[in-house]
Amino acid sequence: MTLTDPAPATRTADRVTDRTSARAFVDTHVVPYADVYDRAGRVPEDLLQRVAEAGLWAPFLPPGSGGAGMDLVTLGEVHEEVGRGCSSLRSLLTVHTMVSWTVQRWGTPAQRERWTTLLGSGQVLGAFCLSEPGAGSDTSGITTTAAESGGGWVLNGVKTWTTGGQRADLFLVFARTAASIGAFLVPREAPGVRVRPIHDMLGTRASMLAEISFDDVVLGPDALLGPSGFTAGMVLTGTLDLGRYSVAAGSLGILQACLEASSGYAARRRVGGSALRELPLIQAKLSDMVTDARAARLLVAEAGRLKDAGESATLMATWVAKYFASTAAVRHAAEAVQIHGANGCSPDYPVARLYRDAKVMEIIEGSNEIQRITIAGQAEREKTT
Amino acid sequence: MSTTAKDQILTFVRERYPQAEIDASQDIFALGFVNSLFAMELVMFVEKTFGITIPNEELRIDNFRTADTMASLVARLSADLAVA
Ligand SMILES: Cc1cc2nc3c(=O)[nH]c(=O)nc-3n(C[C@H](O)[C@H](O)[C@H](O)COP(=O)(O)OP(=O)(O)OC[C@H]3O[C@@H](n4cnc5c(N)ncnc54)[C@H](O)[C@@H]3O)c2cc1C
Repeated sequence: MTLTDPAPATRTADRVTDRTSARAFVDTHVVPYADVYDRAGRVPEDLLQRVAEAGLWAPFLPPGSGGAGMDLVTLGEVHEEVGRGCSSLRSLLTVHTMVSWTVQRWGTPAQRERWTTLLGSGQVLGAFCLSEPGAGSDTSGITTTAAESGGGWVLNGVKTWTTGGQRADLFLVFARTAASIGAFLVPREAPGVRVRPIHDMLGTRASMLAEISFDDVVLGPDALLGPSGFTAGMVLTGTLDLGRYSVAAGSLGILQACLEASSGYAARRRVGGSALRELPLIQAKLSDMVTDARAARLLVAEAGRLKDAGESATLMATWVAKYFASTAAVRHAAEAVQIHGANGCSPDYPVARLYRDAKVMEIIEGSNEIQRITIAGQAEREKTT
Repeated sequence: MSTTAKDQILTFVRERYPQAEIDASQDIFALGFVNSLFAMELVMFVEKTFGITIPNEELRIDNFRTADTMASLVARLSADLAVA
């Protein structure tokens, strides 16, 4: 199979507005090719274009800003479906979502005017640059600097593991300012920006990671996004919250894909005269997949509902949803490989990819350990009302 | 309006930090437990509870130091809303 999806683009039929249309889009354009993307180490341009035609890049933006005003519960369902098909594509959606939301939430009218329509339509793809070679979980350890100069800024430093960095047009870069940490919009073509592709990751291999270096990159005053000072940290918190929500939904998508692959395989594969699914030990694995998928879906939906309502409780709900969904995805991806036996270790079945992709979910947007530390902070105020 | 706002804000902060004794004029940043997660929760709580949007230029630390200053911010932005 080639990288190119032969199905003709059908602009209106492919428009994604809800879970059902997302599922149809993913089943047609993503599922049959995800293993090919994984092996090629990239998502092809024609799929990125199809995603744009489907209105999938940032459907939560207001209509008129390149979006469709999609609520965040539905957005979570859409990202689950994309994650079911291909975690690399979902990762690209996640970081683009983070950049688009941040511009919409924190941008000045001029910044919104300049970027939202381009981001909403997918003409400009965004990437999120926080991690550095020396700073991951400990975001306060970043050393990239933005120095005020001539009314604007000069950016210096190195970011790494940037999802979509090989392809993105606009980087949302977090850098140290004299006062705190600021968020900066940096176009890829700005002089002094260099992109070095990172290949052969364990999982989400087609998500086109890169190391991005900034060498005396001169930016205008309008590069700074949102407030400076103490609330600058909120830009990061809010951006990561939405990214975490998308990864929670994507992890659930992996879990659902494991369930669908495993139940199909267990029905077909026969051992000792009976189908795998008749065996109690296999049934135990399938029952736990069903149960955890349902539980994860409820947690993701609850986080989304709280976001739509503007409730501050969404932040903790999202941590919990991501923690549960990512760890469940890892558990069940391992069992999905187990159910498939040697076939599960081969490139002929999707579960090997799901297994590798799932592991990444426990590291990105707040590692497992950071999740647990943060959720433990909730313990004292956790009571039923 | 601002008394109610103050009480509601204080209740929210106290629920988050039951171990601390906090009154309306106490600088919660000086107590040292405000992190960016709580700052975001606080801003979302204020926006949702009082039906206002806090513009970037009002997201200054001085507006959020105490329940008193937050209540004043709410009163000011609510007045702007009424005029608009
Ligand atoms: C596929 C992939 C895509 C990514 N995409 C992006 C991206 O688009 N943009 C971006 O900015 N970053 C990205 N990242 C980076 C990711 O956010 C970091 O890997 C993550 O934050 C963890 O940081 P670290 O790898 O430096 O690990 P470290 O922070 O060095 O942590 C190492 C280990 O120690 C644990 N640990 C850390 N602190 C504590 C603690 N206080 N207590 C207990 N344990 C602790 C961690 O959980 C981890 O297990 C990506 C990473 C991957 C793998």
